[in-house]
Amino acid sequence: MVARVQLPPSARRGEVIEVRVAIQHPMETGFRYDLMGKPVPKNVINNLTVRYNGAQVFRAEMGPGVAANPYLQFYAVAEQSGEFVFEWVDDTGERGEERAAISVTG
Amino acid sequence: MARTTRRRFMTALAGVAAATLLPARAQTSNGFAAMLQKVTGGATVTPGRVIVDTPRLADNGHSVPLRIRVDSPMTASDHVASVTLLSERNPRPLMATFHLGPRAGRAELATRVRLNGSQRVLVIAKLSDGSLWSGSAEVEVTESACLDAT
Repeated sequence: MVARVQLPPSARRGEVIEVRVAIQHPMETGFRYDLMGKPVPKNVINNLTVRYNGAQVFRAEMGPGVAANPYLQFYAVAEQSGEFVFEWVDDTGERGEERAAISVTG
Repeated sequence: MARTTRRRFMTALAGVAAATLLPARAQTSNGFAAMLQKVTGGATVTPGRVIVDTPRLADNGHSVPLRIRVDSPMTASDHVASVTLLSERNPRPLMATFHLGPRAGRAELATRVRLNGSQRVLVIAKLSDGSLWSGSAEVEVTESACLDAT
């Protein structure tokens, strides 16, 4: 799964930074039919966890009500230089992971 | 004879009126009330502190931008624990739940949702002290996300 995460490469300690993540995924609702008239099974990214230096900063539980290629934007307090780890899983059990580093000064 | 025809016509008319009422009732039969009860756990929800920012008119229901702000200092003792997005008309009323914490620094987030027609989007924020606050936004959807159509 292709994903893109964005956060500032550096920040001052205590600064509130903006974090953005977009994941390529159809977010199948389970209400659609394919060309042969067969129902397309529901398949959405049901869980996305974001950890910053091991501690959870954000978690999303999603359903078919979230648009395809889910996009999320939220905030986090810059504490120490380290890494943001984004992990997600969809209904088929397929997992994805993306990392982004941040250097904190001051 | 003429009276019978009129009566029959009126009966037919009443049938038409009843039929047109049905879709309106079906719109709210997505289990929204049950889901609201499940989310809140029967606790009282106070309107306020939650701002839902969304375009008044959404051209396409497949992807409607939504920004949620909660009035909270986001400290260890007083912060937003979770934010739940509910739809009145989607076949599945529960759209998403986001878990935040004091590490977020700011009680604000944005995402994009699917909306099955014009409706009110309800957002319930759960604070660290257990209190529930709600905010909502009316969205006019021109082309709905036809979730149940081919």
